[in-house]
Parts: sequence; structure tokens; C-alpha cells
Amino acid sequence: MKVESASANFETALKPSKRESKGILHYFRRDWQLYLLLLLPLSFVLVFKYAPMTGLVLAFKEYKIAKGFWGSEWVGFEVFRDIFAKPDFAKAVRNTLLLNVLDLIFSFTMPIVLALLLNEVKSIRFKRVNQTLLYLPHFLSWIIIGAVAYQLLGEGSGMVNNAIEALGGTRIPFLQDDTNWLISYLAIGVWYSMGWGTIIYLASISGVNPDLYEAATVDGAGRWRKMWNVTIPSIRFTIVTLLIMNLGKVMDGSFERVFALQNKATTEYTTTIPVLVYRWGIESGNFSRATALGLFQAVIGLALVLLADRIAKKLGEDGLI
Amino acid sequence: MKATGGALIASRRRRFDIWDVLIRLTLIIASLACLLPFVHVVSKSFSEDAYVIANKVFLWPAGFTTEAYGKIFADASILRSFYVSVVVTALFTLLGMILTICAAYPLSRKQLKGRVTLTIIFTFPLFFSGGIIPEYMLINNLGMLDTIWSLILPLAFSSFNLLIMKSALTNSIPVSLEESARIDGAGHFRILWSVVLPLSKPIMATLALFFAVGRWNAYMDALFYIKQNVDLRPLQLKLYYLVIQASESFQLEATQVSLSNPEVLKASCVVFATVPILCIYPFIQKYFVQGVMLGAIKE
Repeated sequence: MKVESASANFETALKPSKRESKGILHYFRRDWQLYLLLLLPLSFVLVFKYAPMTGLVLAFKEYKIAKGFWGSEWVGFEVFRDIFAKPDFAKAVRNTLLLNVLDLIFSFTMPIVLALLLNEVKSIRFKRVNQTLLYLPHFLSWIIIGAVAYQLLGEGSGMVNNAIEALGGTRIPFLQDDTNWLISYLAIGVWYSMGWGTIIYLASISGVNPDLYEAATVDGAGRWRKMWNVTIPSIRFTIVTLLIMNLGKVMDGSFERVFALQNKATTEYTTTIPVLVYRWGIESGNFSRATALGLFQAVIGLALVLLADRIAKKLGEDGLI
Repeated sequence: MKATGGALIASRRRRFDIWDVLIRLTLIIASLACLLPFVHVVSKSFSEDAYVIANKVFLWPAGFTTEAYGKIFADASILRSFYVSVVVTALFTLLGMILTICAAYPLSRKQLKGRVTLTIIFTFPLFFSGGIIPEYMLINNLGMLDTIWSLILPLAFSSFNLLIMKSALTNSIPVSLEESARIDGAGHFRILWSVVLPLSKPIMATLALFFAVGRWNAYMDALFYIKQNVDLRPLQLKLYYLVIQASESFQLEATQVSLSNPEVLKASCVVFATVPILCIYPFIQKYFVQGVMLGAIKE
């Protein structure tokens, strides 16, 4: 019986046209165990990922708790017209793009630099100790990082400010002033991701053909020449792919990061789209408006990812999807 | 040409290379930037209040004391949050692994009819989701608000981890091995249990850690779903209210006369919440690195 099914499998691989006639029941009978296994995860995906998508109709309705989800009135694009006119909306979109684009500019290059430097180190132990320390922030929650940030950068008692004062300077409100907050936010982002980001580049560098380095040495290339003319061109595709992937994410939220670092004194840059969704929806209970804002973000996000995928494929990459 | 090459080799042989030193120095500074903030917080947590108030604590405790930790271990609500986090993380990881394996194995079998469609159904949520509010309403409608299940069930299925598991199973299990098992009369369940799973222990360890560390560190869903039932706050959320928002004070015993400086208590809370991760960090790091590599490779 089992042997039969295995051979049947081979046959059909050769003649796919005959397979259609066998009907779907045949496959169910043969692979019912596989379909049975899929049942549990499929139900989770349908309930927790797809069922919420039906909730998106709220963006086109005037949600009233008394009337319920289905009973509420359809209002077309009225909710969108409503949110587009809100000053908070423009601010949230601006902040989301601003934080993500600046993050991309500053956090993207540091891992490449560190990976190139780590690659120059011959001692394996030195490399390993450094990597262990550099990866550390990635394993901690944004709450912990936010708390540590306030312990270090707080105006009243932060260690950095204590050191500045001890050296004769004046205290700087690193996190309690809008512009400073933005700079600190970005610096913390660089700090958080600089080590972890090296992993992919280091893997990419380790795949470079050693003959290239040998040839470069024979041609008289020094350390920096080899880095510039051999290593960087070899990992160029990795860099471009990661850059495009990150470009596809510029509408993403980073809610946990903003939320853990924000405070009452700095509100100029902390209103991003997910923060506004939280405020409108969960804090104020205006579900229609918050859903519409979330949908707006999701649609643009999807478009950006598809665009990024297109660009990657145009450049001769595998594509992301 | 040859002369420069010779000079280069000669300079290589020299013991002292200024660039080597500078590169190492840069790396050491970067590493210290990652380490020292935590050294400071640990030092603060072991320091006496007076020194902390006077801003005298830098990278070493001043006036060593464990008083703050005594207070944390006397605070039932913090211990309770820790317990909630442990239970949630354990159940979440177990469920997440079961779901991932149950989905990844069938989807990695080429013979499965409808494989492409099913894979699309499972991975589409990576690119588009209902968003915060529809998900919140779903949890509300299911009656899971303020229950432990709101932290376990919704995120237990991860499309990303499924893709990693699926590509690992596709690449690492030889088809011939599975075929010989089938000829021996083994069904899919049997093959999964006796052949596939024992061969994929490393990837399972990696994904289990992805699930566990991700769950341990996340707080957004808890912030949304755990509102009234404060007993169910996981550790990260507790820490948010305690340290970041500082809206909640520590449960101090009425008999306690001296109130500690909140800075010291905050520092020791951070350490208390970080230590579990730090304890396992040296052991799990390499699995994470492998996971990143697998995630970067598409099928």
C-alpha cells in the first residue's frame, strides 16, 4: 500500500496531466495525515490573522457600540476624510517617515563598518568576546533599554550628565527636549542594532573567494585597498538587498521602541502612526478612526514592500517574496 | 611593483602595526558602549541611597548594600509578574513550536497537493495584517481580554518562524531517507516523529529560543490586552508602569520607615528583569546567529 503510493507519486511527477483526473479525494486519501497536521496551524492563522482582517470594514463604518460591529452604519470614505483633516494625522505620518528614514541612514552603515573591522581581526578569541558584547542589546526588551537610557541620560541623575557635571560642564536634557530626544532615539537605535546587524555581513564576507585576496596581495594591495576593492564589492549585493528590504519598512511602527523612550516633555516626535492608533482606539475608544489609520499604514506598507521586491528583482536579486 | 610587495610583506612581519591597534581599539570602544550602561545600572542597584542621590555612583557600587533587592523580593506583585512571564513564555513556546512543526512539515513535502496555495495562506500575514484595533476587537469578542490566553494564543503562530522551519526541513532532510522510511511502512506521522524531528533538533532549539526570547521581551500586546487584571501583568509591562511611567509605586510595607530612593529601586528592577536573559545569553547566542542566517536564506 505504502509502496504503491510512493510509486504513484513518481508516476504522477512524470505525467502531471493525468493527475488532474484523479480528483482531489485521491490526494486526501493518500496524504490525509499531512492535511490533518495542517488543521491546527491553519485554524490559528484563520482565527488570529485572517479574522481580524474582516474587522477592517470598521474603517468604512461609523462604529457605535450600541449598534455593534455589523449594525453600524456604512459611511464610505467619510472616516478617512475625517482623519486626513486631523493635524495629528499629518504629524504621525511625518514622524513615522522621519524616524524610520533617519534610522535607516544612521543605523544602516554602522553594522557594515563593524563587520569590516571585525573581519580585520585575526584573533578568534578577541573577535568572539567583542561579538558577544556587541550582540547583547539585541536580546533585551525595549522596556529595559528605555529604563537604562533614562538611568544614563536622564537630566537630573543620569550617569552621563553626572560625568559631564563632574568634568565641569552643564547638564544636557538628552531625553527631555524634542530635538535632543530625536538624536538620542537615533543613537540608541544605532547602539541597539550595530552588533546584531554584522551577522549577515560577516557571513557574506566569509563567503568571499580567498583567491581574490591572494591575488590582491600579489598585486601589492594593502589592508584598506583589499577592503575597498575586494571585500566591499563582494558584499555589495548583500548591502543592496538589505537596504531595499529596509526601505520597504519605512512605514512600520516601532511602537515598543517609541513607547519605551517617550516621556511627557517630548511629544513632538513621539506621535507615530501606531502610537496614534493606540491613543485614538484603545485609550479614547474611537475604533473606526483608529482602524482607518491602521489600514492606511498597512496598505502603504504593503505597497512599499511590493515595490522593494520589484526593485530587488530588477537589480538581478532573488527578490524578497 | 615587486619592491612594494616585498615592503608589504616586511611590514606584515613587523610586530607592531598601528592599524591593527586602531581597529582593535575601535572595536573595544564599541563593545564597551554595549557593556558599560549595564555595569552602571548594576552598580547603582547595589549602592546606598545617599551616594546615588549625590550622583556619586558611576561604574562601581558606592556603599555596597543589597537593600533594594530585599525590597523587590518582598514585593509580591513583582514576583507575581515574574511568575506570569515564566508561565506565559513556557506555554507560548510550547504552542508555538507545535504549530510551527505541524505547518512546516506538510508544507515542506513536495507531494502535498495545494502546497503553493497553502504556503501563500500561511505567509501572507507577514505582509499585511488587520492591525491593532481589529485584533483588539477580536480578542475582546473572544472574551480573552485580561486573561492569560490573550498573551499566548494570538501570536503563537509566526509566519516568519514557519518559513525558517520549512526551509530547514526542505534542505536538511534527504528525500531518500524519507522514502526508505515509507517503503518500510511508515506513515507521515511516524516519519515526522522518528525521522524528521530527531534530525532537526538544532533548528528546533533555535526556533524555540526565538519564540521564548520574543515572548519574554514583548510588552505591546500586554499593554493592550491586560488592563483591569493587574495580577496578570507580565514582567515587562510591570516594569513599564514601575520604571518608565513611574505611575505606580513600589508596594512598601507600612512599617518601613525609610523610603528608598526610587532610582536605586528602579535600577535593581532593571537588573532583576535582565538577569534571566543574561544567564542564558552565552548559551543561546550561537543558536540565534544560526537562526538569523536561516532567516536570510529564502527557499
